[in-house]
Amino acid sequence: MAWFRKPQYGTISPDSRRQDIPGGLWVKCTACGDLVYRKDWEASLKVCPNCNYYSRLGARERLDLVLDHNSFKEYDANLTPVDFLNFTDSVPYKDRLTKAQENTGFMDACLTGEGRLSGHLVAIGALDFFFMGGSMGSVVGEKITRLIEQAAAKHSPLIIISASGGARMQEGVVSLMQMAKTSAAIARFSQTGGLYLSVLTDPATGGVMASFASLGDIIIAEEDALIGFAGPRVIEQTIRQKLPGGFQKADFVLEHGLIDMVVKRSELRDRLAKLLEMLT
Amino acid sequence: MEPGILDFERPIEQLENRVAELSRFSSTENIDLSDEINRLKERVIALKTNIFTNLTPWQKAQVARYSRRPLLSDYLPRLFTNFIELQGDRLFGDDLAIAAGLAKLDGETVAIIGHRKGKDTKSNLAVNFGMPHPEGYRKACRIMKLAEKFHLPLLTFIDTPGAYPGLGAEERGQAEAIAVNLAVLSSLRVPVIVVILGEGGSGGALAIGVGDRLLMLSNAIYSVASPEACAAILWKDRAKVEDAARALALTAQDMLRLKIIDEIIEEPLGGAHRDYDLITGRVKGSILKHLEELKKIDVEQLVQQRYERFRKIGEFEEVS
Ligand SMILES: [Zn+2]
Repeated sequence: MAWFRKPQYGTISPDSRRQDIPGGLWVKCTACGDLVYRKDWEASLKVCPNCNYYSRLGARERLDLVLDHNSFKEYDANLTPVDFLNFTDSVPYKDRLTKAQENTGFMDACLTGEGRLSGHLVAIGALDFFFMGGSMGSVVGEKITRLIEQAAAKHSPLIIISASGGARMQEGVVSLMQMAKTSAAIARFSQTGGLYLSVLTDPATGGVMASFASLGDIIIAEEDALIGFAGPRVIEQTIRQKLPGGFQKADFVLEHGLIDMVVKRSELRDRLAKLLEMLT
Repeated sequence: MEPGILDFERPIEQLENRVAELSRFSSTENIDLSDEINRLKERVIALKTNIFTNLTPWQKAQVARYSRRPLLSDYLPRLFTNFIELQGDRLFGDDLAIAAGLAKLDGETVAIIGHRKGKDTKSNLAVNFGMPHPEGYRKACRIMKLAEKFHLPLLTFIDTPGAYPGLGAEERGQAEAIAVNLAVLSSLRVPVIVVILGEGGSGGALAIGVGDRLLMLSNAIYSVASPEACAAILWKDRAKVEDAARALALTAQDMLRLKIIDEIIEEPLGGAHRDYDLITGRVKGSILKHLEELKKIDVEQLVQQRYERFRKIGEFEEVS
């Protein structure tokens, strides 16, 4: 019952949990406050050995976690976002982009390409929550769509590991339309018999969840991930009451029949490999 | 003064009341005031023109949500004959926030899906203020497939604050319901025309908004997030709705510029609520024109064009 130890819904602010992790030998767990030896923490794939709290992973870590060593070949690394609406809220979109690019080393919130998973050639993408909350704007939409089209062209299975708070507001309705674009591409891919495994990690919400992330032939959630359409705060404000414990957590959406399975981080690679073996 | 009237409409309302008063006075007292009344009527037109050609994006959002604005229930009897409502998703229930059914459009059978809003609190409570649950989107999906099976053009009408963010909606898979509709609409083998009547609220609108033609009323809005939500999240200040509405580029004119829609349907002077028959007539004319064009296109090509239409939406650079 991990959620009892994780009362805060910090899911929409990408930076908050990172700050608690100093760069030294020891890592302080955001959930239980325990100091964990960094090597142990990394060996357990950034899951707290004491309380089983799942720290978020970036896109590169996600791919490293499941792909065979050195097998990843990136697609479309040169796609870069543009501030075509000249969007300025409390901070200009341009500045938010620059900061996110510096922090993550990526041009935008997803990494796509091909690689081998237990020997199987796969088209694979991962969203990066540390880049503006994994929000889907034009670049994410385009890269995911191209990835799906590549999977179709090469008759390879498709795996997308999602982590996103939703659509990127700074790109207005154009970001909303990326939901239609990616879903249309998945529909086509599916009609040609392509296999799509959708992996949901914390958090999988909003426009990403209401498009390609929900359209997997098989949907796998990582243990303890928050999964849903609306974020918990929005729901609480709408219904004007506190949400019950565990609401929208992986086990909850499994119980409600919305996903196929919940897996531990350490078991994800093997589970994907088995499914690929059985379905290709 | 009637509650709920838009601030910027108040001067128009006052002048119109004055015209009505004078007309009454002139007829009861049998005094000819026609010169004075005509002068005032001209001033009303000038005032409407001035106010409504200079609406800010936030003011347009208010017009789009206005309680006097014609709703789907006003359009249905004016656009169609023999509307037969079809209900239920065959899985959980019937969501009144989505209306679906069959009707005749100038003698031709069409399938219809639209958001249903109410005129007042009571009627709005019955339809959850136009915010669908998953069962609403699944009912819509059923009608999409019905349209395809019986080769009927599909017309959808958008007017929603968004998909409902609540407990039941989450438990029953709101995200999945929307995603499936996007996939189904994107490859549906019949012409699909989308009309944005009022409020195009994010994924809840898009879930019935993927089509071959997108038509939009001139004061309607379409947005990735409501100005209120955007202000709260990005400005951390709900009072910044004016700024948020401007930044989001949510007007019909923005949609045309961004190539999201095909055509703006011009509302009567002073907004669609000024003349229900005029606006419904224009909507009907536009639908008929586009339907004629779409019916000439071979279905394979139609589906391909629809795919490409959404495929090419996106603004980015490819640096080498
Ligand atoms: Zn811990």
